[in-house]
Amino acid sequence: MIISLNHYLVLAALLFSIGVAGVLTRRNAIIIFASIELMMNAVNLAFVAFARHWGDVGGQIFVFFIIAVAAAEVAVGLAIIVVLFRHRETVNIDKVNLLKW
Amino acid sequence: MDLSRFNLITIATPLVLGAGVLLVMLVDLLSGRANRRPAQLAALAVVLAAAAVCLATWNTGGVSFFGQVSGDGFASFFNLIFLAVAFLVILAGPAYLERNAIHFGEYYSLVLVSVMGMAFMAAGTNLLVIFLGLETMSLALYVLAGFNPARQSSNEASLKYLLLGSFATGFLVFGIALVYGQIGSTDLARFSAYLAGAGDPFAGYMGAGVALLLIGLTFKMAVVPFHFWSPDVYDGAPTVVSAFMSAAPKAAAFAAALRIFYAPAESLGLPWERILWILAALTMTVGNLSALNQASIKRMLAYSSVAHAGYLLLGILAGNELGAAGILFYLASYVFMNVGAFTVAWMVNRRGEGRYDLGDFAQLGFRRPLLAAMMSVFMLGLIGIPPLAGFFGKLYVFTAAVQAGYVWLVVIAVLNSAVSVFYYLRVMVIMYMRENEALKDVDRIPATFAAVAACALMVILLGLIPGSVLDVARAAVASMP
Amino acid sequence: MTEQFTPVVWMLLSAALLTAGMMAVAIFLGPRKMNPVKAEPYECGIKTEDPPLNMRHPIRFYVVAILFIIFDVEIVFLYPWAVVFRQLSLVAFISIAIFIGVLMAGLYYAVKKGVLEWR
Repeated sequence: MIISLNHYLVLAALLFSIGVAGVLTRRNAIIIFASIELMMNAVNLAFVAFARHWGDVGGQIFVFFIIAVAAAEVAVGLAIIVVLFRHRETVNIDKVNLLKW
Repeated sequence: MDLSRFNLITIATPLVLGAGVLLVMLVDLLSGRANRRPAQLAALAVVLAAAAVCLATWNTGGVSFFGQVSGDGFASFFNLIFLAVAFLVILAGPAYLERNAIHFGEYYSLVLVSVMGMAFMAAGTNLLVIFLGLETMSLALYVLAGFNPARQSSNEASLKYLLLGSFATGFLVFGIALVYGQIGSTDLARFSAYLAGAGDPFAGYMGAGVALLLIGLTFKMAVVPFHFWSPDVYDGAPTVVSAFMSAAPKAAAFAAALRIFYAPAESLGLPWERILWILAALTMTVGNLSALNQASIKRMLAYSSVAHAGYLLLGILAGNELGAAGILFYLASYVFMNVGAFTVAWMVNRRGEGRYDLGDFAQLGFRRPLLAAMMSVFMLGLIGIPPLAGFFGKLYVFTAAVQAGYVWLVVIAVLNSAVSVFYYLRVMVIMYMRENEALKDVDRIPATFAAVAACALMVILLGLIPGSVLDVARAAVASMP
Repeated sequence: MTEQFTPVVWMLLSAALLTAGMMAVAIFLGPRKMNPVKAEPYECGIKTEDPPLNMRHPIRFYVVAILFIIFDVEIVFLYPWAVVFRQLSLVAFISIAIFIGVLMAGLYYAVKKGVLEWR
């Protein structure tokens, strides 16, 4: 069987949907964050597949930047979650309700 | 070695800001533990230098770096808006930060980083650059929102902003990926050319791509239904940061939206106009109705900024030159009104951070007549009362929408403006008519007062010479490649 | 060639089905009475002395981990540059030098702020 562009795209769309579902249903801030990372990686997969399809390196370069940006996001995000944990001894966002969620 | 492909003039302003960030960080490191003054002065100097560079290179850049950025008048116009906001919050900020014992030097470098990101959003002619600018801006804002680590609501605001913001970013990049999949490039010139040339512009991956792109951008603009983060985040964040967040990033998001959608909208009319029509109508209605019964001035201003995003969408929807230039003018006046109003809000707040109440304004008209007068200017400007800048912003955007045939939407917008009179005027009524002897006097803070006065002057000045500013905005729009 | 693997696929499928079925039976039919003892990480009949919250790692671990993530991932830009270094012009060299310079400034900042001191 030949793995075509569409196979990659279906996989990317699936991963992306799993990420979205994770963000919407999970209540642990760290898991939500991991789900967002999953979404980013689904995008990376789509970019690489498209880049190969077009024979263009632009998509791969975009992937590098997404990886770097995602790392920066993780760094900032974990720092914020650590501060949250120090305050409330929990990372459950249902317990975070000073501001209505 | 062909250096002309790397024309540094095109990104001169963000470059100065980037170097300035390092400078401010260094100055702050070397200036000892207790003294934040050098960092603030360095940051002000950097902003002024960047503004000087921006004016000196106004519309001289052209497209460079392999079509990635364009240093045209459009970018210069927006840079000036961002820099003005940064200057004001850096000037006004220390008093607030001292009051809450959170005066860290990082405030200044983070504001500058964020503005650098915005500058790249306004200059980007490639989705990659716009994405990077947006992320640079957002990451700094996430940290700024949680700038008061001792206060839970600030921390939660930053967590909420971060989670929802990166969620929206996920949609944005997936949209970019799909657009790339359809046209094989992230270049905006190719994007517009494709949309203009294709029989069905939204065949294949393009429809989903553009839709996801719109979701990502409307989140940053706080357009209904992606607005729900903004009242909570503006409310929870330190108020100087709210002033910054409600003004500059919104302008940056609209800059990016114009970069991406203006050329296609002009050439083929927006096929997604129906969605935008509904979004605009919903945004202004929901924003205004929610603002009506807010007891906290911060939440009221947050919902009002949602409503203004709705008015601004009319300019995008109109898709003509006046619409785009109107957005530029609108944003130029809006940022001063919002920064001014938020700054006055924390100046008069005497209940402590986290407890903002409209009652704080009681008697302000008699105790601090000048401050009250300036607050009135901001409120009247936000309503859109004729001699002030806010009126002309609305006038231009609404006129453009009528020209493009969106009469009903403009009717909705005008009705909404009428509704908004109620909650803006309520602040003035409280200032001049309500009795409350128990309140302490408002602190006199010269630097912050100067910043508010500058905002008020700009709102009046832009209202006095709207025509010439609009001409500059028109030229800026025309200079987009 | 592919036919040889058919039994393997069948085996995998039936294994997945069997597992899913058993888990479904447990989830839908099994009684669930949650109590604090069951939620403890070490569940062995004896009451745990310290609640799990006291087994925290020092915050230093997180700070160092965060710093590591940033500096580790930024290297992603150095790989492609290094691979084609000889074919690139001086501009690429200067760009990457500026990039590393900014990273170094960040490291200097972190060191000066005392992040790497293990207290």
